[in-house]
Amino acid sequence: MWRDAVLVAGKDLRIEARSRVGLWQVVPFAVLVLILVAFAIGPDSASLRHAAPGIFWIAVLFSTVLTIQRSVAIESGEGTRDGLRLSGIDPAGIFLGKAAAVGLQLLVLQIVLWAGVTFLFNVRVHVVWLAIVTSLLATVGLACAGVLYGALSAGLRVRDTLLPILVLPVLAPVLLAGSKAWQAALDGNASSGAEWLRILIPFAVIYLVIGIVLFGPLQEAA
Amino acid sequence: MNTITTVSRPRWLSIVGLLGVVGMGFTVWLGLWVTPPDAVQGNLARLLYIHPPIATVALYWAGGVALAGSLLYLWPRTRSIFWDRLAASAVEVGAVFSALTCVTGSIWGRPAWGVWWAWDARLTSTALLLLLELGYLALRRVPADPAVRARRCAVAALLVAVDVPIVHFSVDWWQTLHQTGTVLDPGFHLHVHGSMAWTFLLGFISFSLIFVWLLAVRYRIEVIQDTVGDQEMEVSLADRWSEGSELVGIGSTSHQEPDGGAP
Repeated sequence: MWRDAVLVAGKDLRIEARSRVGLWQVVPFAVLVLILVAFAIGPDSASLRHAAPGIFWIAVLFSTVLTIQRSVAIESGEGTRDGLRLSGIDPAGIFLGKAAAVGLQLLVLQIVLWAGVTFLFNVRVHVVWLAIVTSLLATVGLACAGVLYGALSAGLRVRDTLLPILVLPVLAPVLLAGSKAWQAALDGNASSGAEWLRILIPFAVIYLVIGIVLFGPLQEAA
Repeated sequence: MNTITTVSRPRWLSIVGLLGVVGMGFTVWLGLWVTPPDAVQGNLARLLYIHPPIATVALYWAGGVALAGSLLYLWPRTRSIFWDRLAASAVEVGAVFSALTCVTGSIWGRPAWGVWWAWDARLTSTALLLLLELGYLALRRVPADPAVRARRCAVAALLVAVDVPIVHFSVDWWQTLHQTGTVLDPGFHLHVHGSMAWTFLLGFISFSLIFVWLLAVRYRIEVIQDTVGDQEMEVSLADRWSEGSELVGIGSTSHQEPDGGAP
């Protein structure tokens, strides 16, 4: 399973590195979300600093949808999904590989967005470990839930419009917990921030387990 | 060819529906006229004879049936279209009750909390449950092979069910505006007494019966939809076959005419 996961993740990441869709489309989109939400809030620096964690995670969430759509689109070519299914690779390995590829892309995106909020909203993270752990746990949850819902909508003509409706309500706990933990990291209040990790950990574990168990039946349905 | 196979309506279904509606009528009568005003909330507490029963149906009955139906469909030994239809019906009825939960809670919240909507953990997680159910129904409406659709929807229902324990425990995990369990405490001790308790109980029973009735009616519609879909497909195929036969007939006739006139 792990060897298969590495193979699938390597394949997806190689395709992304060559096509550079993430670099030229998803990253600029995420930065655009930061700027647009800041426009909506107004130029007051105190309000922007207060809203910075929420804006950061909104940008991550919307970009996750794009990244998942891209991850599904890779397999949407003529017979590509069938080819992957017939290759004998463990479905759990495919799930883990695709989730790892999406997760790595999201981590890179979050580094860019971290720099973005620091530069645009003039905020400074005081508890760096909390911000990093929050991002890592949230990324596992986002990637696993995202890939699962991506597989659910794969092969459908209305995939692009259906996926956000399906996945965004599911990802709402990550938005909530991520924003709160980041707010605590900005304020230097590690103990209150660590409490929100109690949501991110089960979220990541639940979707990781569901994905490993159910990706096989979902592949057959797609 | 246009006749539609009739799907029988069991007698018990009408009885359950009638009992549910009559029970709900009695709940309204008892709740509005017979029971006394609450010591703290006054007349506002009368809405609580219907809000918790509606929320119970939305969360536990509909959520439980959808989860059980989806699991039994995914399990190869028990796989049957019955479980798929039952789960889909439960999610649809559950969506109606989730929406009613939000609406009745909102009506109560305006005078009690001063706002129509509060960003409370229980309210937010219930609203998310409704959105998840709407997502499931959107997925359900996408045309697909019945077996493929059933498997896809079964997985989606399991993912919706993840929110059910979040809604249930939200009042314990986050101490926000919504009160914790007040009818029964964790030790299952009743905190409502007298006519209020009986009205409350009748509300639970009535809405549960209405849920069973709506579930069965929705299931029957699901069967009829599938039957009509199959029959329409057969009619379309028969039409195409007959069109094809006519075209072949015309082709062969027009081909034969010159031959026939040649000698």
